[in-house]
Amino acid sequence: MSKPEELKYTKTHEYVHPGAEAVVGISDHAQHEMGDVVFVELPKVGQKLEKEKPCAVVESVKSAFDIYSPVSGEVTAVNAAVTGEPALLNQSPLENGWLFKIKPSNPAEADGLMDWNAYQEFVKQAAH
Amino acid sequence: MICAATDNQLSIEKSAPGRRGLHAKNPLRARADVPANLRRKTAPRLPELAELDVMRHYTRLSRLNFSVDTHFYPLGSCTMKYNPRFNEAAAALEGFAGLHPLAHDVCAQGTLELLHDLSARLTELCGLDAITLQPAAGAHSEFTGLLLAKAYFENKGETRTEIVVPDSAHGTNPATASMMGFTTVNIASKPDGRLDVAELKKHIGPKTAVLMLTVPNTLGIFESNIEEICRAVHEAGALVYMDGANLNALIGMVKPGDLGIDMMHLNFHKTFSTPHGGGGPGAGAIVCRKHLAPFLPVPTVKKEGSRYVSDFGDARSIGKVKAFFGNTGVLVKAYAYMLAHSAEELGDIARYSIINANYIRALLKEMYPSYSSEYCMHECVLTPGKDMLDKGLKTLDVAKGLIDRGFHAPTIYFPLIVHEAIMIEPTETESKETLDQFAAAMKDVHDSGVADPQALKDAPVTLPVKRLDEVQAARQPNLRW
Amino acid sequence: MYTPHTKKDREEMLKTIGASSFEELVKQVPSKFLWPKFDLPQQSLDESQAAALLAGLAGKNCRPLNFVGAGAYERYTPAAVGAITSRTEFLTAYTPYQPEASQGTLQAIYEFQSTVCALYGMDCANASMYDGASSFAEAVRAAVRVTGRKKIVYAAGVNPQYMDTLKTYFAHSAEYTYVKVPMKDGVMDRAALPALLEGAACLAVQTPNFLGMIEDMAGVADLTKAAGALLVAAADPVSLGLLAAPGEYGADFAVGEGQSLGLPLAYGGPYLGLFSCKKEHVRQMPGRICGLTKDKDGKRGFVLTLQAREQHIRRDKAASNICSNEALCALAATVYSALYGPEGLKELAEANAGAAAFAAERLSAIKGCSLKFKGPFFNEFVLGVPGSAAALREKVLAMKGIDIGLPLAPLYPELGETLLVCATETKTEADILKLEAAVKEAI
Repeated sequence: MSKPEELKYTKTHEYVHPGAEAVVGISDHAQHEMGDVVFVELPKVGQKLEKEKPCAVVESVKSAFDIYSPVSGEVTAVNAAVTGEPALLNQSPLENGWLFKIKPSNPAEADGLMDWNAYQEFVKQAAH
Repeated sequence: MICAATDNQLSIEKSAPGRRGLHAKNPLRARADVPANLRRKTAPRLPELAELDVMRHYTRLSRLNFSVDTHFYPLGSCTMKYNPRFNEAAAALEGFAGLHPLAHDVCAQGTLELLHDLSARLTELCGLDAITLQPAAGAHSEFTGLLLAKAYFENKGETRTEIVVPDSAHGTNPATASMMGFTTVNIASKPDGRLDVAELKKHIGPKTAVLMLTVPNTLGIFESNIEEICRAVHEAGALVYMDGANLNALIGMVKPGDLGIDMMHLNFHKTFSTPHGGGGPGAGAIVCRKHLAPFLPVPTVKKEGSRYVSDFGDARSIGKVKAFFGNTGVLVKAYAYMLAHSAEELGDIARYSIINANYIRALLKEMYPSYSSEYCMHECVLTPGKDMLDKGLKTLDVAKGLIDRGFHAPTIYFPLIVHEAIMIEPTETESKETLDQFAAAMKDVHDSGVADPQALKDAPVTLPVKRLDEVQAARQPNLRW
Repeated sequence: MYTPHTKKDREEMLKTIGASSFEELVKQVPSKFLWPKFDLPQQSLDESQAAALLAGLAGKNCRPLNFVGAGAYERYTPAAVGAITSRTEFLTAYTPYQPEASQGTLQAIYEFQSTVCALYGMDCANASMYDGASSFAEAVRAAVRVTGRKKIVYAAGVNPQYMDTLKTYFAHSAEYTYVKVPMKDGVMDRAALPALLEGAACLAVQTPNFLGMIEDMAGVADLTKAAGALLVAAADPVSLGLLAAPGEYGADFAVGEGQSLGLPLAYGGPYLGLFSCKKEHVRQMPGRICGLTKDKDGKRGFVLTLQAREQHIRRDKAASNICSNEALCALAATVYSALYGPEGLKELAEANAGAAAFAAERLSAIKGCSLKFKGPFFNEFVLGVPGSAAALREKVLAMKGIDIGLPLAPLYPELGETLLVCATETKTEADILKLEAAVKEAI
């Protein structure tokens, strides 16, 4: 569904595919760093999220990671498939492993996020 | 570790309908008169075994374990010293083991006297004023300590909401703070692992309730600036809590109270030689200064004339953190341990735990560089050398390789601030010969790992099971028969 | 002293280290702090001296014929239990962080979890908590997390120590409210439930309750569910050899004090917190959990699992700060349950109920004494006595060496002068007749 170039990224490694119903997930880099994902806890449909506030949890064998919403808005759909099969996050973070969809309350928020090139640079910097 | 390779059955899989172990034949059974609607509908699915089946099953399981009595067990931060058998015999004395927790004080004079004397010895050992023996373990002590702090500030009419914790701390510190509704303020350590006093001063103020500090810290390094740290915290009106998990480095050599702290906890299952039992039971204590004493949990023990009584304090007490008195059975073992040591001999515990840790550090320095350039206290934090890392070998591989060579692994990947940490705490009860053998095994892991990395990645191969699939265990939890 | 070092060892080790003296190793410690004077014994005891001293102290505890229960129960500990728990490989092992070297402890924990599930009729259980009180508090905390509500409704028959511990856990916040379901005939007043449960996180009930009475739980889960609340049930595990299991009456969380499964009384600990829940709450379970998995060759093995919740990893996001379980006590309880099996546990439960029924019959026939409540009870009951219950207890203790029960006035003043009297399977007909005679004489 999404190519990495079409997405916007946060410093906490979430991506958002902007739109009237924006799609949120974690970057390929993030899933790689986490290792095998064993559990995903998603927000509820209808829940109002605030930008940069924790809204979901992804667990690997050894660690639990908070997922921060890249934009503010109301959750319109969640990906039930990843709660049943967390491995989808590792296999296909950008496609089958998306986390939830959100109706942004302030679409301009996404403009402030990194594009693909900036994110790649960010990841490279962080590795040093 | 000799066992039939095919026998990895659960007890329930050995069950046969109608087979019996123990009976309860008290004739009063016949008088039981519970209405049918209150009874359970189906019998619990428990194994039906003869006594020999049970003995053989669990004896077999025991032989699948590494333990202090069977293997050197250098788990950093866990103080896996020898657990004297005498302690066990003491706790098993019927007079102690059979005493009901709600027994009248008249019937509990022996235990109360023991607790009173243990309390006195431990407060003196710590250089502090008062103590509670109620907490069940270390983390439970932290919880108790923060409750004391909260009550202390409330009593003064102050609202303080922040707990300051260095990033090298035990994970329980921030977890406890959060559970108590405090906000955790993390402070980065300096490269040598010590707290950055300038950085600390920036983060403390009228909102700070407590600084939680592990001494020596989790890198096995003493906070040399402890006086200045305590002064700064006190000037901000806050309290200093010492995580006493590493007390083995100081016992009988330094009185923590002299350092300026307000309270600390003790782990009896670490410093005072009570066995870990595969993960408990432990016991803890909070030792504190006078100004915190009125808030201690109740009851404590007090002497009135020649008699010992439970003291229920006053309304300032935080109440109970555990039903009854505490893990008294464990405290009897700690008391037996104290009886076996004079003041000077307690100091030898610190002395030899420090010598042993530095000896290992010195023996391994070529292959496993030490994180810190200084001498360590009771434990050292090492990492695999560059030649191992270059071959893709990690700390986990070192751990598994050691197990194949008959040594329990050190603590690994802790403290979090050290990449690929290997944390070794030999304790004072290990001999030079054991440490030499351990160093030889570490060298063998290194040499054979560098020569054949895959072989080390496949370790362990000598144990009942090979590396286990933790991913499957967490994705599809199977937690019961 | 348990250090093995000879003078020669010490010299050689310092030489290898490259230090001229021990003092050089600790120069990071400001010297003014080193080697202070301790006001502690200058002489230690040898083992025989220490043994004599400890035997003397143990001897100062008197051993009455005991009829006190109230949350800690006198049990016979089978010899085989002690034989297993004193196995050095169990006793002196650490938490099973290296699973390949800890399969014994891990499988025992898995079997313990299974045993708890079987007894309580629940889907999953953890590797144990500190004691029944902490299990109870953690279950209520979990219910609060799940529902997002902060009103805790509890039956008046819940062990007061459990409630004290719970309130200490929540002491950081005044937002939590506690609503007591009043007592009627020694059990909770069912008629009061629907109104009280409105907006509640949970209903916490104990059965048999602190006064020994068996609560009739039929239909209670429907009431809690209707209110959007969860049902937290505390139950004595031995009673479950006979009585309805929390899973059978629809509890969401079920907890208990595992001391009952053959652990010594030991003046209050170490005991064993049992914690179990329905499948959907598995990730709300605090503490350690062991799971079954396979090794790389496909062979069955056990690991600690769902560890990401644990405090040492998630730090301040953890469900609880608790990191130890009571593994050795859990092992004892598992072996105890395996030795008795389902039939033996039923016999044990019947022996308890029978001994208490006999004691109640004899004591309530004494002039001036009466059974406070009419309903069914398990292994303890409330006895009304003429005059001060506390004075009567002290008198019989001094005269006959019998501890006749716990005076309830400090905990339940509304019950008047009463004693909570307990008789477990350790009490014979002769013991109870002795009790009867002593009380009769003292009154």
